[in-house]
Amino acid sequence: MKSLGSIRRDFAPWNDPNAKPYIQFDNVTKKFGDFTAVNNLSLTIFEREFFALLGASGCGKSTLLRMLAGFEEPTAGRILLDGQDLRGIPPYRRPVNMMFQSYALFPHMTVENNIAFGLKQDGMPKPEIAARVAEMLKLVKLEQFAKRKPHQLSGGQRQRVALARSVAKRPKVLLLDEPLGALDKKLREETQFELMDLQQKLGLTFVVVTHDQEEAMTMADRIAILDKGEVMQVATPPEVYEAPASRFVAHFVGNVNMFEGKVAERTAKTTRISGATGAQIVVENAGDAAAGADIVFAIRPEKIKISSKKPADAINALEGEVYDIAYLGDMTVYHVRLDDGQMVRASTMNAARVTEDPLSWNDRAWVSFRSDAGVVLTR
Amino acid sequence: MNATWSRFNITSIVLGFAFLYLPIVLLIVFSFNESKLVTVWGGFSTKWYVSLFHNQGLMDAAWVTARVGVISATVATVLGTLAALTLTRYTRFRGRVLFSGMVFAPLVMPEVITGLSLLLLFVAVGLDRGFLTVTLAHITLTMCFVAVVVQSRLVSFDRSLEEAAMDLGATPVKTFFQITLPVIMPAIVSGWMLAFTLSLDDLVIASFTSGPGATTLPMKIYSQVRLGVTPEINAACTILIAVVAVGVIIASLANKRREVQRQLDEQAAQRG
Repeated sequence: MKSLGSIRRDFAPWNDPNAKPYIQFDNVTKKFGDFTAVNNLSLTIFEREFFALLGASGCGKSTLLRMLAGFEEPTAGRILLDGQDLRGIPPYRRPVNMMFQSYALFPHMTVENNIAFGLKQDGMPKPEIAARVAEMLKLVKLEQFAKRKPHQLSGGQRQRVALARSVAKRPKVLLLDEPLGALDKKLREETQFELMDLQQKLGLTFVVVTHDQEEAMTMADRIAILDKGEVMQVATPPEVYEAPASRFVAHFVGNVNMFEGKVAERTAKTTRISGATGAQIVVENAGDAAAGADIVFAIRPEKIKISSKKPADAINALEGEVYDIAYLGDMTVYHVRLDDGQMVRASTMNAARVTEDPLSWNDRAWVSFRSDAGVVLTR
Repeated sequence: MNATWSRFNITSIVLGFAFLYLPIVLLIVFSFNESKLVTVWGGFSTKWYVSLFHNQGLMDAAWVTARVGVISATVATVLGTLAALTLTRYTRFRGRVLFSGMVFAPLVMPEVITGLSLLLLFVAVGLDRGFLTVTLAHITLTMCFVAVVVQSRLVSFDRSLEEAAMDLGATPVKTFFQITLPVIMPAIVSGWMLAFTLSLDDLVIASFTSGPGATTLPMKIYSQVRLGVTPEINAACTILIAVVAVGVIIASLANKRREVQRQLDEQAAQRG
């Protein structure tokens, strides 16, 4: 299999068998009454990693974060930070800080007192506190707002105060609970890059909880996808997208077409899949799926080519009718109903202003893709 | 709103306000009466105010009332705040509904019953009636009012503020004094003022639980009125009204100013 790209090529401790894990969840279970929020979960996070916990609400991601911060204790299992078991250590003695979803700024304190709060608890000398606060204000570009109270700030400014406060103590690990959830879309995108810069600059380990897959893909070195308190997959963003481990992950991250089917025939290089509705698909990377096994072939919309005539050289080409078209500016999304009834979503980048081969509603169309364009999922 | 001054509207407003304020206005007017006869106007004078300050009995009663009010309001505020904290924070303990019901029951308990039961208790434990017993009784009376006021604030209190403080290294005790207490302080102050006012004008419970040497102002006024209303009493009541009115006006003005300032700040922040 060809390697999947990575943004920070030199940073991949998870591939190094000798790398020492920094945060370790060891068979952690957390129950609230009868409800199991986290179920026998194990996870390893490395130093200086930007790690994202991604999942729908109620998947246990916030509980994981709260257990790291010390607000909840695991029902079973243990959590290690830099080799130290965190059990029984109260939140105020843990070398981690958290940025809260609601920001939790102290309403009766000015911006600078909010930032200084943690430093004062440590008994840091006053001149050092003043210097650190000034440095933090500069870092988040809020120098002129030092004397304001939280209610005198806009949403984006409050978010930056919360961030400055949580990194002021230089924690070993910064926990971020939906850090950008309350910001509007434009500001959110800008702030994502600011957070990445900040993490690089400070050299901290970031663990971020989010339900926004784009946010996780943009910022994280690795993503853990959670469902019902269990880890579905832990991988880099390209791996999660291009090589999802299960139907759940493929569905959860991005858009995907799924063909239910069976492995019809395996040769040394290729595998032929017989779709439940009749489509015959030839793929290269079928993993260890044995002949006759029930599988799902998953392929992303942008890897499917759509044309009005059958492409001459295509290994996989299926015929159907254009059912729906969505023009989004940068790309166009086609919904094609194949002749066997299956719906296929194909997207095309609008690289040119005028399309050579325009397709319209109810036109006959061919969808084609390469033999290595999709993945075979057995789970 | 398109309000027209119909005859009906005017009549109802005049009647309503007369109903509410005529007795008080009469009382204030007659406190400036020259004549010794309360209901006969004999010209303007402030002599009753002067003589009021020479009436040792009334002045003693006022001093007792002030001390009982401050002490009982302070103790009731501490106890009421603790009760409110327990009731909002430890929501899972057994018998919580019963407990919270019991805390709030005195709100609707007839004062006569509260007073009588306290009297029986003090007699049973052999506590001599006096300053201490009135104060204790007023703590019992006002604690639940404080609890209600503070609890309504705590319900909307964002617990993540406390978590953030602990996350930043503050122990639970420091968190309480540096974060929780300052944030709920306005509610605690209102609770204290409410408790003080209730103690100030309580007659029924004080009558049951007070003893020699601990006559409160309402008791004193009531007993003097039974011997006949003197213009001095009118003067004393006018001063009481003035104190309460000034307090209420200052409190509401301060509140209003804070609110307006807050809105202006928030608008400014939104504009960037």
